[in-house]
Amino acid sequence: MATGREVEVYLDLLSQPCRAVHILLTRTKIPHRIHSVALRKGEHRTSEFSKLNPMQKVPVLVDGGFILTESDAILKYLATTFDIPEHWYPWQPERRARVDEYMAWHHSNTRPHAAKVFILEVLLPAQLGVPVDQRRLDRALSDLDVTLERLESMFLQRQAFLCGDDITVADLLAVCELMQPLGSGRDILKDRPQLRHWRSRVQSAVGESFDDAHAVLFAVRDRRRARL
Amino acid sequence: MNLGKSTRSEKFQHFETETSAWLRGECLLKAAVSVRMRPDEPPLSSSVAIMLYLAEKFQTPEHWFPADLRLRSRVNEYLSWQHMAIRMHGSKMYWMRVMIPKIMGIDVPKEKMDGALEDLNASLTLIEENFLQDRPFIVGDQMSLADLVAIVEIMQPLGAGLDVFEGRPKLSAWRDRVQASIGKDLFDEAHQVILGAQDAMKQVDPSKLEPFKPKILRLFF
Repeated sequence: MATGREVEVYLDLLSQPCRAVHILLTRTKIPHRIHSVALRKGEHRTSEFSKLNPMQKVPVLVDGGFILTESDAILKYLATTFDIPEHWYPWQPERRARVDEYMAWHHSNTRPHAAKVFILEVLLPAQLGVPVDQRRLDRALSDLDVTLERLESMFLQRQAFLCGDDITVADLLAVCELMQPLGSGRDILKDRPQLRHWRSRVQSAVGESFDDAHAVLFAVRDRRRARL
Repeated sequence: MNLGKSTRSEKFQHFETETSAWLRGECLLKAAVSVRMRPDEPPLSSSVAIMLYLAEKFQTPEHWFPADLRLRSRVNEYLSWQHMAIRMHGSKMYWMRVMIPKIMGIDVPKEKMDGALEDLNASLTLIEENFLQDRPFIVGDQMSLADLVAIVEIMQPLGAGLDVFEGRPKLSAWRDRVQASIGKDLFDEAHQVILGAQDAMKQVDPSKLEPFKPKILRLFF
């Protein structure tokens, strides 16, 4: 197991997968150094950042000379390289498979559907100076509702966390996506007690790392409230 | 990924396979592969998770999913990236060039088609320049799950009559290596259905495909 070294992470806390990585690092106290990449200022498109990641995305992990992109891969690498509690990414094949299963499903379900709500309600109006496209937003909310239903029936069911009785990196990815619409003050879990309770359990399990990671998002929400 | 062979082998007896039968006119809205890991649990879905599980559980040759954590991370990196990139862009081609004209009776507007082709090309270029670079396979000298997942997604648009290998010698050379690594017979068997899909679709009665309409309207219009 690795000790005495510090990983470097390039991230923007407004990005959901970046927050998941940030929470894991701070909660498990993996030595790390954060490099901030401000997406809203286009810092991911600079030639300097592009040398690091030609795909111009965050998060990026650098461990010695090893550069790794994709939050899935980063979370799994951190969990298996550093001496952190095993429950984050279990070793047993059947338990690990459940985490892999969620993380694969997440890409085409939780991530796009939750992100779309934030994009339509906050990002596009802010960037283009246009009002919210209500028709598209309604459709996005409807798609998200199906996803939330599936999260409950396919994954959470009667378990404490998405992949079993213990928190895993899958829960971090999911919770950070589901928090994003809060940037416009929208709590998508307000009518879903099962998922709300799960979110509370995740918050308890990660402690102050949760609010630390979400400070930027809360600031966006508060600034919007102040303007209204 | 062809799991049909699996039923013939003792080791794989406990796998359940459900494959799409819509080419025979039986309409399933979703083709699913599932693996039952334990009798008291729901089956494992997600082809990526299944492959990772099989590699671990059945101690497959190490090259499929290397033990070295950095090489393994490269496989995970590709498997993660591909969902909303090549998989999405490649699958779209079949819908746009074959299914939509057949079911809706119209051609997809040129603008939309051009945009989709652009996205597909961007993904293919990233595979060549970022994931393959000058290596024989995605993570090194031997084929891994990354190449396996990549090849089946890249072959998919061929089912829509789109030759993605044209003008891409690097990708073509990699495909040849993958084919040789898998074995030509198995490779060809696995791709038989998709390569014949465009012709097979001509035989299907459009009314049998009605259940796809709501999904098409939702996703493409």
